Amino acid sequence: MKKFKRIFTYLFLTVAAFVSIFPFFWMVISSTNKSVDVVKGRLLPGTHFLENMNNLFSTVNMGQALLNSAVIAIATTVFSLIIASLAGYGFEIYRSKKKDIVFNILLLSMMIPFAALMVPLYRMFGSVSQTIPFIGIDTLTATFLPTITTAFLIFFFRQNTKMFAKELIEAGRIDGLSECGLFVRSLMPSMKTAYAAAAIITFMNSWNNYLWPLVILQSPEKQTIPLLISNLGSSYAPDYGVNFMAIVIATIPTALVFFLMQRHFVAGMMGSVK
Amino acid sequence: MGNRTKTQTIGWLFVLLSTVLITIFYFYPMLQALLLSFKSGMGNNLENVGFSNYKRLFSDPTFIAALKNTFIYLLFQVPLMIGLALVFSVLLNDPKLKFKGFFRIAIFLPAVTSLVAYSIIFKNLFAQDGIINKFLLSLSFVSEPVQWLTDPLLAKIVIILAITWRWTGYNMIFYLSGLQNIDRSIYEAAELDGANGFQIFTKITIPMLKPIILFTSITSTIGTLQIFDETMNITKGGPGNSTVSISQYIYNLSFKYTPDFGYAAAVSFVIVILIVFFSFLQFRVAGDRK
Repeated sequence: MKKFKRIFTYLFLTVAAFVSIFPFFWMVISSTNKSVDVVKGRLLPGTHFLENMNNLFSTVNMGQALLNSAVIAIATTVFSLIIASLAGYGFEIYRSKKKDIVFNILLLSMMIPFAALMVPLYRMFGSVSQTIPFIGIDTLTATFLPTITTAFLIFFFRQNTKMFAKELIEAGRIDGLSECGLFVRSLMPSMKTAYAAAAIITFMNSWNNYLWPLVILQSPEKQTIPLLISNLGSSYAPDYGVNFMAIVIATIPTALVFFLMQRHFVAGMMGSVK
Repeated sequence: MGNRTKTQTIGWLFVLLSTVLITIFYFYPMLQALLLSFKSGMGNNLENVGFSNYKRLFSDPTFIAALKNTFIYLLFQVPLMIGLALVFSVLLNDPKLKFKGFFRIAIFLPAVTSLVAYSIIFKNLFAQDGIINKFLLSLSFVSEPVQWLTDPLLAKIVIILAITWRWTGYNMIFYLSGLQNIDRSIYEAAELDGANGFQIFTKITIPMLKPIILFTSITSTIGTLQIFDETMNITKGGPGNSTVSISQYIYNLSFKYTPDFGYAAAVSFVIVILIVFFSFLQFRVAGDRK
């Protein structure tokens, strides 16, 4: 009975692992094949890797899309981390009744679906398009501005600040550090794990964001990676080899970021659930 | 006392930027959406129409289809995914299991893909001449290609399978870390008392993981209620409107058809209400706070 259970466990996990990996395997294999071979269902590596890569960068401007996505994702990550960690620190260390009320109100924003915001946001950015062109419709700024402050990240940093020893702050004050100095010198260095986890989540969300860029970006040279992949995937005469090459390239940064920082991610996320 | 007031003021400065930004980019647009939902007209030529947008919801077949589809995704996908994630995490938490690292990474792997990227992969996998059909045909499970994406029921199933593929490993990671915090001696004591695997699972594992299960089920519910990328890229909402989601319908109303921002705003408030309702429901079902 025990042995039977054991075999069943391995069988079950092996099937699950196969189902999880197969689409990846297929995507990588297909990026090296000719379009016709992909359609035929070829499961062996082909010789069209370089040709697909060439076509991707010359015909559909993957380079520009990569650059746009990178600019947006890096800007979002940097701003988000600064804004949310300052707020998490402020709400926790300078705790007061009024601040707790504000904090709880901010948390309510987590329940607001983006679909409800997109039309008013689109109109807001439309109304400033004339006066301040660089944050209007069809700009990279407008693409990341609404996404740099999330209540989740503020909550996340507050939870992580809770675990930070308050004595260090008192000690810092006695040493004559200013309140800003305390934040920069005492708190920031001790929260590397939290920053790493927050950076992973924010970078991945931004890199993969689809709906808002779809709404706000219009010109082809502003396209981000998800928009480009979506367009390739829905074209009438798709070159499957090129499409899969685009998907492979789009997946590399998030996979890298994640696997390099996996430990921090889990540790940081668990800190916020407790 | 004066010093205390000063530090309190500094505290406000720390939270000021985020409070202002959330007000500008969440609360203000939300209020605008509410006002918009009482207006109607094409593009920016709007006039007040009272509750007529909300009345229109009840007789709009596309809205009713979108609401129904979103409910189906929610009711089948979230429990399926959370159940699977729990089972995987319990199996992988067994100290005697071999190749644990491999299984864990393999099952987590889908979570690194972008939503659009994996949607396109699934669209191709389940295409009429796609690899799934080739596989089924070659093993003679079916005699002709299955219409995965053009049959209303099968298309919904593909969407549910796709979301489950993408997110199960992600949720599993949370449960695994939660399980690692449970003292092994509790399990050993239960085994000594003659508890079987199922009893241990329902009487120890689930209650111990309750806060994490609550957290993951609320985030998954909020995510599934807003589903957009998958239906847009796998099926485009078709065949007919059989896979269209509420978010996708709002997008179509605002940016694809002749823009009807007022009605789109009314539709979006339905998602708001659903999210609030399900979040509170899950808190109640989970019982005690925490």
